[in-house]
Amino acid sequence: MPKSYADLLREARSQIREVSPQEVDALPAGAATIVDVREASEWEQGHLPGAHHVSKSYIEQQIEGAAPDRDAPVILYCAGGVRSLFAAQTLAEMGYSDVASMSGGFQAWKGAGLDFETPVVLTAEQKQRYSRHLLIPEVGSAGQARLLGSKALFIGAGGLGSPAALYLAAAGVGTIGIVDFDIVDVSNLQRQIIHTTDRVGERKVESARQSINALNPDINVVLHEEMLVAANVERLIAGYDVILDGTDTFETRYILNDAAVAAGIPVVHASVFRFEGQLTTFVPYDGPCYRCLYPTPPPPELAPGCSVAGVLGVVPGILGLLQANEALKVLLGIGTTLSGRLLLFDALETEFTELKLRRDPNCPVCSDAAVQARAEGHPLQVDGVDVDAPFLMTMTGLAGKVSPDARA
Amino acid sequence: MSTVFIPAVLRANVGGVKSLELEGDSIRAVVGALVAQHPSLGSQLLTDDGDLNRFVNVYVNGQDVRYLEGLDTPVAPADEVRLLPAMAGG
Repeated sequence: MPKSYADLLREARSQIREVSPQEVDALPAGAATIVDVREASEWEQGHLPGAHHVSKSYIEQQIEGAAPDRDAPVILYCAGGVRSLFAAQTLAEMGYSDVASMSGGFQAWKGAGLDFETPVVLTAEQKQRYSRHLLIPEVGSAGQARLLGSKALFIGAGGLGSPAALYLAAAGVGTIGIVDFDIVDVSNLQRQIIHTTDRVGERKVESARQSINALNPDINVVLHEEMLVAANVERLIAGYDVILDGTDTFETRYILNDAAVAAGIPVVHASVFRFEGQLTTFVPYDGPCYRCLYPTPPPPELAPGCSVAGVLGVVPGILGLLQANEALKVLLGIGTTLSGRLLLFDALETEFTELKLRRDPNCPVCSDAAVQARAEGHPLQVDGVDVDAPFLMTMTGLAGKVSPDARA
Repeated sequence: MSTVFIPAVLRANVGGVKSLELEGDSIRAVVGALVAQHPSLGSQLLTDDGDLNRFVNVYVNGQDVRYLEGLDTPVAPADEVRLLPAMAGG
């Protein structure tokens, strides 16, 4: 027998528990998953604080992302309290055991003078461009807005920086800074895919900017055409949310590490040699820093760069993309980074190996004593020698000045 | 016999192989056996005093021996020992 709208509504009311806006407001934080089932255009006008958005037309497909536990309490709301009743019936059919609908919906909530949030609204062009991000619950429009407001700094627009910068630009990381003083050489093009044959001889920062803006004109590209040295590192890294280290000298890597730890900025680190690569994320004080991992640089003959030893072009490509992935997680605050873990990649065997990294309790940069010395405004003393970040590196590093016993 | 993985940068010293099977019940014994077979590695892995160089990390089953017992870290027959020097290339 056909049913009218009134029949369906009566049925829904008899099956689904309704709660008032005041009851929802009185719930302790996290006591229930609150889901807004209105259309995106309504959600953008304002929503309950902490609510998830799953429009009614996608409720079957997307509810498990917002509410994975079928036995946990879920409260649905819409504009006036009808659509959420029908959506709640669907959840009950799907096995959700504690579903309620908020009577009167968002209109009643606002009418009662209760707090609401207005989300950052992306433009129509941005919604199209980032639509595949917006579909992922862990990113969504809030995450995309966060990326658009984020700043990532690349040390080097080379083999690692090229793919990472292109992908972060594509992902909509709003500000991309690039530190590089080099010019594009034809021998770079075997792996440095942000540059092009017709830009050989141009400044790398400018070449990178052209490729980034050709891919995504919204990105603000900040050019730092200078060599990162101890005298400018603090100025260069200031204000960035994450740094991607893709340089090819130890000196730069140590200077960057020391300053980034002091500034509290995470560094996504990668390095490559022929068929192999190493990758980790240094999150200051959460995990070890570069000096905890490698207290001193090796002698030059043990650590040739790509220009001497060579590198398979895809190796920095793969490692660079893993850097971009780490950077996105740092910026979005999702997932688990490689903080405290070193990932080794062997392209010949197609093999990944993970090693555990630890903070060095005697680290001259990130140990408690070093932090305290910085806070007090004086250099840390190790073995009677002043050491202060950023260090001036020698090829023997601290090993030349400080006895192994003091660092053991 | 434990398996010692040789990083690419050191492979020229060991005839190009990726790993070696070596006897020894501690890191000191295993590294000693490695250097005995391939003396040119000696100055790259060890200081004049016989300690591990600070720029080479040694891992047993994924754990840094600096945080275990250093050169005295025990090594069991099936353990994986990995030498890991810093690399700078970008």
